[in-house]
Amino acid sequence: MKIFKYALLAIPFLYFSCSDDDDTPEPINEEEVITTMTVTLVNHQNGSDVVTMQTQDLDGDGPNEPVITVSGPLTAGTSYAGSIQFLNEMEEPAEDITEEVQEEDDEHQVFFSAAGVGMEFVYMDFDGDGNPLGTQFVLAPLGAGSGSVTITLVHEPAKPNDGLDTAGGEIDIQTTFSVTVE
Amino acid sequence: MNCKCKKCGASFKTKLALILYSLFSICCINLFAQNCNYKLSVQVIDLHDGIPLSNANIEINELEILGKTDFDGNVVFENLCKDSYLLTISHEDCESLTQTIELKKDTFKKIRLEHHLNELDEIMVISDNRNNSRTLFENKISKDVLEDYNSRTLGEVLKTVTGVSSLNSGNYLSKPVINGLHSSRVILINNGVRLEDQEWGIEHAPSIDINSIDKISIIKGASSLKYAGDAVGGVIIADTSKEKLTDSIYGNVITNLQSNGRGGGISTNYTKTNSNGWHYKFQGTLKRRGDFETPNYVMTNTGFSEHNLSFKAGLNRISHGFDVYYSLFSNRLGILRSSHAHTAIDIINAIENQIPNVIENFSYDINIPSQKISHHLIKFRGFKNFDLGKLSMKYDFQSNDRKEYDIRRGDRTMPALDLNLQTHSLAFDLESKFENNSNLKAGISARYQKNFPDPSTGIKRIIPDYKKYDFSLYSIFDISFTENWFLETGIRYDFSHIDAYKYYRTSLWEARNYNELYPEFVVEDLGLNTLTNPKFTFNNISTNLGARYSIDNGKNIYFNYSISSRKPNPSELFSEGLHHSSARIEIGDLSFNSEVGHNFSLTYDSSNKRSSLTVNTFANIVDDFIYIIPVDLMPTIAGVFPYWEYKQEDAKLYGFDIKYDRQYFNNFFVGHQFSIIKGYERANNKPLINMPPVNLKNQISYSFPNLNNLNISLESEYVFRQNEYPNNNFEVFIPTEQIYQLLDTSTPPGAYHLLNLASSMGFKSENGGSYKINLRVENLFNKLYKNYLNRLRYFTHEMGRNILLSVSYSY
Repeated sequence: MKIFKYALLAIPFLYFSCSDDDDTPEPINEEEVITTMTVTLVNHQNGSDVVTMQTQDLDGDGPNEPVITVSGPLTAGTSYAGSIQFLNEMEEPAEDITEEVQEEDDEHQVFFSAAGVGMEFVYMDFDGDGNPLGTQFVLAPLGAGSGSVTITLVHEPAKPNDGLDTAGGEIDIQTTFSVTVE
Repeated sequence: MNCKCKKCGASFKTKLALILYSLFSICCINLFAQNCNYKLSVQVIDLHDGIPLSNANIEINELEILGKTDFDGNVVFENLCKDSYLLTISHEDCESLTQTIELKKDTFKKIRLEHHLNELDEIMVISDNRNNSRTLFENKISKDVLEDYNSRTLGEVLKTVTGVSSLNSGNYLSKPVINGLHSSRVILINNGVRLEDQEWGIEHAPSIDINSIDKISIIKGASSLKYAGDAVGGVIIADTSKEKLTDSIYGNVITNLQSNGRGGGISTNYTKTNSNGWHYKFQGTLKRRGDFETPNYVMTNTGFSEHNLSFKAGLNRISHGFDVYYSLFSNRLGILRSSHAHTAIDIINAIENQIPNVIENFSYDINIPSQKISHHLIKFRGFKNFDLGKLSMKYDFQSNDRKEYDIRRGDRTMPALDLNLQTHSLAFDLESKFENNSNLKAGISARYQKNFPDPSTGIKRIIPDYKKYDFSLYSIFDISFTENWFLETGIRYDFSHIDAYKYYRTSLWEARNYNELYPEFVVEDLGLNTLTNPKFTFNNISTNLGARYSIDNGKNIYFNYSISSRKPNPSELFSEGLHHSSARIEIGDLSFNSEVGHNFSLTYDSSNKRSSLTVNTFANIVDDFIYIIPVDLMPTIAGVFPYWEYKQEDAKLYGFDIKYDRQYFNNFFVGHQFSIIKGYERANNKPLINMPPVNLKNQISYSFPNLNNLNISLESEYVFRQNEYPNNNFEVFIPTEQIYQLLDTSTPPGAYHLLNLASSMGFKSENGGSYKINLRVENLFNKLYKNYLNRLRYFTHEMGRNILLSVSYSY
């Protein structure tokens, strides 16, 4: 039968050979990531009263959640000189992103807010147009109690603005710290 | 005495003949009594691809008997004498042919016609007669419709077909959805080449310029095994016309303007053919748009620019031929500025506010975020007709490059995503005809693919480096038993091996228990990351069985059962991390199996001169269906992101669609389309995400043949609200307010009704060319609405009124 003749048709077989040289892709230097934000608060009246608040997320968008720590209580009725450091600890050695934020001060702003406890925040650094940046600030706890402080770094907000809700832009980092004021 | 019957007729003419008549009559009658009960069966097929040609006229010149071929190209003449006859075979699309046949016994004769005379005419009569398969119902999109949609994307044109919808990302990126299935379940074939660009995610639209193609066929549900075994959803075949075998030059120029986006485009086509078979064709398209607008506001940063070109040259002879095809599709596209919400709160705000948070004045600028795509395709194809059939060889190479730009710190201008996918493939196909009215197609193919994500982006790779090796074999056999029954069956084997190199976050690698499951993949533990070398091999079998029953002329019933097997694609296996353009974390799964779809479809199709009706019902039982849903929120230091995970569950989809067209009087036309799809997880009957809502389209049109073929039509499209959707909502913690708020990503937007007005007119120019003017108004009443199948629906409404004007000149 003819069908067998056709079925026996030989079709050339093509074989793709591949050389197994070094296929290992180079690791990516994730240089824009912020893994760590450290807020240092120094009591204006008492230089030894230093409170540190830190959030650290060493695996970035990996499944591990950020580790958030607050070193101790704040003192009511005083004020603190605040400074913020942003680090990328995925890089070896860790890269200080704060410098980049300060260089691009017109494209960044740190926003502060408190809940459950009275707090006042005053910006201490400004961009070339006189709009606030917020890597340096003053924090004044108004009364005793416990609550939280939220610190947000926004990239490309509208400047000047009326606060985080209407500033637009993109959030680079946002953390809520539980605080106690004594 | 050599007595031929044909002389009987001629002998009436003279008196002498009258005298001789009795002699001859006796002679003839004697012969008739002895030998005139032979049967001549003729099948007319296309010389190039062996597809049967219906409505071909066959005349036995000597007897002046005329026959017409049926759907399968067959016609039978009975009670013929033992003799030699001259047959004239003609078909409206073909050059007529005469052939002498010596009839000594019952004879089956296969006649091959050169079939492409009218292929480039505006009305493609041809498309009614040609199919990729004879047991699968195919929806066609003609050159005419493609021309009317010249300024659009492939996804938008495909939506004109009942049961086909599109999954959009904004206004311009649209991915075809066939009966509820999309992405790597819908295979796109451009000029015989399987497009490799669908595997990276939803926002990647197929890179085909509709101006570069002349016809599209859509095969729903069942896989066309010649092209793929993994087309669980369907196959879309885009092709250029075959070149005429005459000395001629033809082509067109189309220009268009559109009010929404305030832009336009120009496209041109030039073809030169020769009677000796040599031909070449050039085509190019340029498009430019600014920001699109909803009825109330501008969608900032949604403009685009696009340039495409294609070139084809070759030799097309009866016995052999070859051609070379090159196409480039490239565009730069703005992505709605406010769709880059980087936190869940932004999404909540967007959903509450209903409008984007960034609205600027209209602009042509394409700013960041944006994407840039270029897709090169080179194909070489050759064929030769042998006794045993047509053997063809095809080699193609594709390079698909995608860059995505995002807002980045430190004035970084490099892309946030930079992928390059290169694919080589080689295929041999054989098509054989047998005299018992059956055909056998068989083929073998091999493919090599390499994905390279450029590490200089400084952002973790979403899709890893991989090499993929595919090999496949298929065979399809069809046979017509009687005049009414036609059967087709096929089987295909696909082998696929994937060899990837990927840096996993060590924390994810361990959280997913991969360190226990796949220790052999680990190359090196680098602390934060783990370098791995996952290797997977998939062996898949796909098969189908189809039948067509022709009730009578123009009425057919199609049944098809197919099993398609689709291996998980690299994004389903390997996705890991923040997808910046989607503002979501996407996680694949190394443990996925191949997805296996059992598709049953039953189609009734009836058409006559005045009306046509198609009813298509389907059920798709998919085992290990892979889909992505939001499962949780993931706190990262940059905020809380929706965490989308690929899942694998058994699913079922079923539904039907109906299309009914009718012409009243001579100039009045009414058309209706309706489609409904239901999709559920089988275990718990939970609805599947992103199922197209029920929709109803109606059209009335009237033409004035005396007024330059003026045609005016009014189209209505009613899209119901999708009431069946999975609830993937979750609570989001709002740190600034210390409260939890519901993030409603699931609730679909309401129903909407759109009206479009279309009109066209044609003019003949003195030099033989013709002009066509097309004016369309879409969303006539400037309706504000949202579309469930638009990924950006949280952030923006759809386009408002759009007036499109196009003028084409064909020569």
